[in-house]
Amino acid sequence: MLAFVIRRLVQALVVMVSVGLIAFALFQFVGDPVNNLMGQEATPEQRAQLRADLGLDQSAFVQFARFAGNAVRGEFGLSLRQGRKVSALIAERLPATLELAFVAAVLALVLGIPMGVVAALRRGHPLSQALMAFSLIGVSLPTFLIGILLILLFATALNWLPSFGRGEVVQLGFWSTGLLTVDGWRHLVLPAVTLALFQLALIMRLVRAEMLEVLQTDYIKFARARGLPERTVHFGHALKNTLVPVMTITGLQLGGLIAFALITETVFQWPGMGLLFVQAVQFADIPVMAAYLCLISLIFVVINLVVDLLYFAVDPRLRVDRAVAAH
Amino acid sequence: MTLPPQVPLLEVERLRVEFPTRRGALLALDEVSFSIAAGEILGVVGESGAGKSLTGAAIIGLIEPPGRIAGGEIRLEGRRIDKLPPAEMRRVRGRQIGAIFQDPLTSLNPLYTVGHQLVQTIRTHLPLSPSQARERAIDLLRQTGIPAPEARIDQYPHQFSGGMRQRVVIALALAAEPRLIVADEPTTALDVSIQAQIIFLLKRLAREHHAAVMLVTHDMGVIAEACDRVAVMYAGRIVEIGPVQQVIHQPAHPYTRGLMGSIPAMDEDRERLTQIDGTMPRLNAIPSGCAFHPRCACVMPRCRQERPELMDAGATRAACWLLAEGAV
Amino acid sequence: MAEFVPDPQPPGPSVVPEVAGFWRRFLDGDLWYSFRQSPIAQVASLLVLITVFCALFAPWVAPHDPFDLATVELADAGLPPAWLDGGNARFLLGTDEQGRDILSALMYGSRISLFVGMAAVVLSLLVGVALGLLAGFAGGYVDAFIMRVCDVMLSFPAILVALLIDGVGRALFPNAHDTLAFTVLILAIALTGWVKYARTVRGSTMVERHKEYVQAARVIGVAPWRIMGRHVLPNVMGPVLVLATIDVASAVIIEATLSFLGVGVPPTSPSLGTLIRIGNDHLFSGEWWITVFPGAMLMIIALSVNLLGDWLRDALNPRLL
Repeated sequence: MLAFVIRRLVQALVVMVSVGLIAFALFQFVGDPVNNLMGQEATPEQRAQLRADLGLDQSAFVQFARFAGNAVRGEFGLSLRQGRKVSALIAERLPATLELAFVAAVLALVLGIPMGVVAALRRGHPLSQALMAFSLIGVSLPTFLIGILLILLFATALNWLPSFGRGEVVQLGFWSTGLLTVDGWRHLVLPAVTLALFQLALIMRLVRAEMLEVLQTDYIKFARARGLPERTVHFGHALKNTLVPVMTITGLQLGGLIAFALITETVFQWPGMGLLFVQAVQFADIPVMAAYLCLISLIFVVINLVVDLLYFAVDPRLRVDRAVAAH
Repeated sequence: MTLPPQVPLLEVERLRVEFPTRRGALLALDEVSFSIAAGEILGVVGESGAGKSLTGAAIIGLIEPPGRIAGGEIRLEGRRIDKLPPAEMRRVRGRQIGAIFQDPLTSLNPLYTVGHQLVQTIRTHLPLSPSQARERAIDLLRQTGIPAPEARIDQYPHQFSGGMRQRVVIALALAAEPRLIVADEPTTALDVSIQAQIIFLLKRLAREHHAAVMLVTHDMGVIAEACDRVAVMYAGRIVEIGPVQQVIHQPAHPYTRGLMGSIPAMDEDRERLTQIDGTMPRLNAIPSGCAFHPRCACVMPRCRQERPELMDAGATRAACWLLAEGAV
Repeated sequence: MAEFVPDPQPPGPSVVPEVAGFWRRFLDGDLWYSFRQSPIAQVASLLVLITVFCALFAPWVAPHDPFDLATVELADAGLPPAWLDGGNARFLLGTDEQGRDILSALMYGSRISLFVGMAAVVLSLLVGVALGLLAGFAGGYVDAFIMRVCDVMLSFPAILVALLIDGVGRALFPNAHDTLAFTVLILAIALTGWVKYARTVRGSTMVERHKEYVQAARVIGVAPWRIMGRHVLPNVMGPVLVLATIDVASAVIIEATLSFLGVGVPPTSPSLGTLIRIGNDHLFSGEWWITVFPGAMLMIIALSVNLLGDWLRDALNPRLL
């Protein structure tokens, strides 16, 4: 098992390095690196100095090493658009995105899995068909459209919920949270639902498809042949076997939530990392783009690793037991 | 060794199973009738697609939809079970009928320990406490020949070899002391050497528990070793049924004769293998009259028109017009 | 258990031309039967056909040309749909803040959306299938490398990749003209989707590669690419087709999202996403139709394509009777 963990760590490292390379390439070759780091107002002398400091006359390898060293410390220079340090900008916005993603993830899981199970068990039943129709709509509607429609309905027409911003936040050290105030929650509802809907539909379809597959297997047939009650067969056997592969895929999807958040953040003007990134793309603000890229990769890699380890913990077939010899 | 016939444990009478398709219903089992007594092992043999597994599935009540029972009766210890409501049938399954399937690799849930699956089955049917059920599970494993059962009971299926897994499957089938065991190709997926062990195990357990066994297989060697009687199926019908030695050595039906004749013997010197010309008909193209007539060397005009019932042929019974005419 | 075999072909003249024979087999086959049985598939195909028709023939079918500045008048601005107060029958679905007809804008917009979507899918299909065939056939390091690239790409959501490529494109070519912008966009979307084709094709190729007819062909000396193209490829196209159908819906949605975010199609050729963005700015002034109708159109396109893809997948799957 240790070998497995080490292998995955190495893989993770490779991914991070490749992403770093891409980010580095962005920095160096897209636009002027000195510009990227110093902003527009620097004098020619300052630029020349920086050029020497940066060692732009040195080999690409050395430059990359320097970049990597900076990146690891979170140092990405100044935002071209705002002139502030990129790391500060991101740190400011991170809590907003993470909270949104987290709430949306919980929503998607808590609703998606049971709905998928119901759709699989009562195949052909009107309820199941309604659920499938709902999931199809969820997958066919782009996130931003859902957001707009929700705003139209709940904010503009009914005036029940606010339509932009984060509302009241409480500052806990460097983390600003909106979860501790009613106002914060009110602001969170629509964006979270918008973000969750696509994932919910995906999870539901996945659970259903997987469960239908499992219900066809021999061991389910054998379980029925042994006279086990339907509920045990469905939930004790089928569901458990369904959740194992679903869990992996879902874990990876949830990582995507953090990235998907950028659409939702744009629609609701939610002050998170995603909105920052979108604005950066609009302005070709390279340092912010590079930093966001590296951060997102890190998050993904970590999530992938955790999911892999979880898989290990849940599926006994992967825990190869050297003590047992087949005989 | 045949036991004296008693009230049969299992009676199947004129069973019909059909599959509705968009071009009409296909009859997969056509008036299948047989019975098995307690303690007796009946083999059901035939080519792929003859309907052997389907018969077993019909008895357990687990025919895959859209297939369904379209006629006939299945009686277990005198009680009709083919039309039971699902909840009742579920109680019958496992408690009174045990099932063993072909592939031990896929018959066991890989995420649960063997012990868990055993205990779960035991406690579903018998009012035992968890520790009592566990004791019984260990005992079952011991009976099926698994060494060190106290240790192995907490292992996962992937930690057992194929033969061992099949023993676990047998233990599971016997968990609630069923009166009837339906074994569908239990040895097909195993090595030949393991096959012998499993067959021997099945025989012994059947005797000890005085259970009836329906052994479905396409392997005549297994039939010869294990069974008291054998039924030969063709195109969804039984064409011959009788004590195993007689069916093998004095087959009455031309199909059975063809089958037996095509098995090469060790002490013979043959250049070519004998085979029966043609293939078994597809479900949507079953011949009229006797289903075997297009391939039969002794075909008569009557065979093409009327379907023969099982008739006396000395020690066996066979569905062939040759017997009616008296000419064999 | 039971085997399902279609009725044997009725004996007839063997001089039937190939095409007619194919048609008869198709009409007799399970796919068409399944289609006739499924009202959903029929409705979905109809919607898709209508959409494609409108999109293809927009310049001739649309009542106005919303992007011909000569015909657009500010006086017509902000009109609601024809059935509401203040509406004008000339502009069935109302006009936007510059006086452009929404219905026509819808048709032109769908045109662009569908064009980008389909082009992206075709591109990603070509790339994915080629790479998949290569990986499956060559095996070894080539395969391992391609699979690693797939893994890395899979862990990034499509939107991010598309945004990144688009952003880089913008930075590299700040004053790009339309064609270049479109190319970058299509490339961006295509690069998000090729992985699933590659994987599917690779899987099937690896299965086929070990079959005897492939080995026989190699022994005779048939070139590998020929084997791949003529023998392996046809066996693989079924699932790929299903994927591609559903992919068109995703591609259209990604394009709409990018355009909504302002980084998609150039503003001179607004797609449905652009229209929604424009409308979004006017939501609060009560002119909901500028957003809702393009949104509905987008949803109809995506929904019907997805439905079609779903039905296709179920119809081609022999196990789900």
